[in-house]
Amino acid sequence: MFAYYLQLGLRSLRKNPLLTLLMVLAIGCGVAASMTTYSVFRATSNNPIPQKSSQLYVPQIDNWGPDVGPDAKGEPPNAMTYTDAVNLMRDKRAKRQTALYPTQMSIVPTDASMLPFRETSYGWYADAFGMFDVPFLYGHAWSASEDDAHAAVAVIGKALNDKLFNGRNSVGQNVNLNGRDYRIVGVADRWNPEPVFYDVINTNGFDDPIQVFIPFTRAVELQTPTNGNNNCSHDPGKGWDSWIHSECVWVGFWVELPTRSEADAYHQYLNGYSAEQQRSGRFRWAPNTRLRNVTEWLEYQKVVPQEAKVSLLVSLGFLLICLVNTVGLLLAKFMRRSSEIGVRRALGATRKEIYIQFLIEAAAIGLAGGVLGLLLTGIGVMGVSLVFEPDIAKLATLDVSLVLLTMLVAILATVLAAFYPTWRAAQVQPAWQLKSN
Amino acid sequence: MMHIKPILAALRRHKAGTILIAMQIALTLAIVCNALFIISQRLERVHRPTGLVEGDLMAIQSRFVGVDEAKAGPLIKADLAALRQLPGVQDAIAINSYPLRGGGWSTGVRTDVDAKDSKGHTTQYFADEHTLPTMGLRLVEGRNFRSDEIIEADPQGVPDPAVVIVSKALADQMYPDGHALSKPIYIGDTKKPATIIGIVERLGVPWNASWSDKFYENSLIQPVQMTGAATNYLIRAKPGQLADVLKAAPAMLIKTNRMRVISSERGVRSFAQVREEAYKGDRGMALLMGVVCLVLLAITAAGIVGLTSFWVGQRRKQIGVRRALGATKGDILNYFLTENLLIGVAGVVIGALLAIGMNLWLVTQFEMARLSLTYVLAGVIALLLLGQGAVLAPAMRASRVSPVEATRSV
Repeated sequence: MFAYYLQLGLRSLRKNPLLTLLMVLAIGCGVAASMTTYSVFRATSNNPIPQKSSQLYVPQIDNWGPDVGPDAKGEPPNAMTYTDAVNLMRDKRAKRQTALYPTQMSIVPTDASMLPFRETSYGWYADAFGMFDVPFLYGHAWSASEDDAHAAVAVIGKALNDKLFNGRNSVGQNVNLNGRDYRIVGVADRWNPEPVFYDVINTNGFDDPIQVFIPFTRAVELQTPTNGNNNCSHDPGKGWDSWIHSECVWVGFWVELPTRSEADAYHQYLNGYSAEQQRSGRFRWAPNTRLRNVTEWLEYQKVVPQEAKVSLLVSLGFLLICLVNTVGLLLAKFMRRSSEIGVRRALGATRKEIYIQFLIEAAAIGLAGGVLGLLLTGIGVMGVSLVFEPDIAKLATLDVSLVLLTMLVAILATVLAAFYPTWRAAQVQPAWQLKSN
Repeated sequence: MMHIKPILAALRRHKAGTILIAMQIALTLAIVCNALFIISQRLERVHRPTGLVEGDLMAIQSRFVGVDEAKAGPLIKADLAALRQLPGVQDAIAINSYPLRGGGWSTGVRTDVDAKDSKGHTTQYFADEHTLPTMGLRLVEGRNFRSDEIIEADPQGVPDPAVVIVSKALADQMYPDGHALSKPIYIGDTKKPATIIGIVERLGVPWNASWSDKFYENSLIQPVQMTGAATNYLIRAKPGQLADVLKAAPAMLIKTNRMRVISSERGVRSFAQVREEAYKGDRGMALLMGVVCLVLLAITAAGIVGLTSFWVGQRRKQIGVRRALGATKGDILNYFLTENLLIGVAGVVIGALLAIGMNLWLVTQFEMARLSLTYVLAGVIALLLLGQGAVLAPAMRASRVSPVEATRSV
């Protein structure tokens, strides 16, 4: 019977083609608009490290006091001073911890015909590789003792290894960064969490994958400037040393705390540390600290662009209007067939049969709308690059799950819209119809 | 117009359709109003002037490799000399940032040495006396820097300048009485005043985000040639020669010194490209909203046509009866137009309230501006016209129903 109804439904699509076309267009457009914007929203609100997002935390320490900063609203600065980062690294109160910052590194190829080029590079601690689950193709991370020794070692990314060594195992070779040689201890496989949770502050959540990792201690020793933001509450004075010992914030910091109780203990430690700084006279205010995990941090830093949110909302409104439209048109379509319904009811069809028949018919319309919506979504996803930054646009893709979702939304929405018209159709009095016509 | 009573009575007979059309009009109005408002806001931003004469201007971002931050001074000097004597180049500067670039320096400024809080916020540009001619800025008061006033400085330690040039917006904010020339200005938390020696008509900040809109035209030019390894070259080509210079300038820089990185993506750009990339999001958002509005209006109109046609079909017999009893074609046409107008008015009243409510919610959520009532009014008129236009075809068809229909059974 289902197959027969589906056949009836598909056949009735041709019955009053104008009404049907209107509905299919409305559903197609509505679904396509919402799916296109949803694809962007999904890309930007993605959880970049689901297996650990509740174990990795960003500690924040208020080193500026309550009345500094443009719109502080009582929140500590969103990066750390070098002083605090080094102290937290020294105390080692978390299972793993790392300070990090984007370094300005250029690669000088040994091949004299190649010009120097830049890659995204970071200075951080050995712990970071394990914390962030960075996969290795060859070799491994450097060791904690190499951190302490400010060793000239580096881990490079797969893309850079392909470029410099044609993908061969380059462990033990040298790479020249900013005119100095570093010994390669490992080659990281493709690692590209999106959004870039580990450095939201400097990337706004989207950046090319890191290709060069060197020890934080080495980067600082060579006075490598940060490639990211640097915010000062007061003039730091002249020269590198006064800058790193100033209250300027520019260092990112992450800790790994596997359990809730460890997180609580670490937060207490942060408050204790701040109180100590207050006693020593560096802070002239009560401890003000935060400890946010990955999800909370991305939310707090508003990584999902405003454009993505607003356009998603507008498209959902759009879909709603398309559905209201569909309710009206389905009502017209179904009520035109009152006499047909009357005849069927008189011949013994139950109300339930009428329900099933018309809902299946609506689903057929939804299916047609979904196919059209899929085409339009494809065009829309291509058009996303017009609206959003290329970094984000390339994340919005038409994958299998989006295709299925598009069809599902189209059919479900249409069936939902069909409930009222179907109910009306099922109310048709058989005798009445037979009599008057 | 005709008697509304019978229309209302008839509308009560098909409540569902009436409510659906009214709802559609209301929702469409709410969304179209807000979308048009967002479009106008975005376009306003896209057309903001930077104060630069943007034609014939280009930018190169370069970074020396293996050079200490403090030691790149002579290399930058050599670059500038090479660029300035290039055929087709009118002038060039090395500067820390420029309008619409995206990253830059900003600071609070004061006019009173003892003030604890800053009086305003401004961006800082560091470059030499070629800045005004290269950017094409218009000096409205005072003078340009002299070459002997330019100091070299490492970005890690920029000394307080003795003289500065400010944008008119910043001058007026610092000295509302309009006499900022030759007055002191304190940069950051310094105790050492800088004298304002020149005021340019307009100069935008490097950013175009909502947080920087509050001080969009507050700029400060300091007579400092930075010696950092990374710098931006702004180059003004002679009229009509930009296309050649876009190729010749980076080649010249590589020839002067190979140990540098000029990124392939954003390394060399004409100012037209800079502007386009800076406002990509705004422009795209406006486009998206525009498309949504058009499709939405089309769908709403189509919905009205569909439902009204259905009603006309249902009432052929009654229409025939009325025609047989002496109603003219005009009466029938009028009936449907009035009926639709009644539904439309109900829809736009609800829609206007929805539009304002939606905007208020957007204001609280996304720091958007308040919707001006002009938009709501324009939307109301547009939707009523759209509704009347949509109902015209079915109503015409209704008026053509012949009186004979009354005698037929359908």
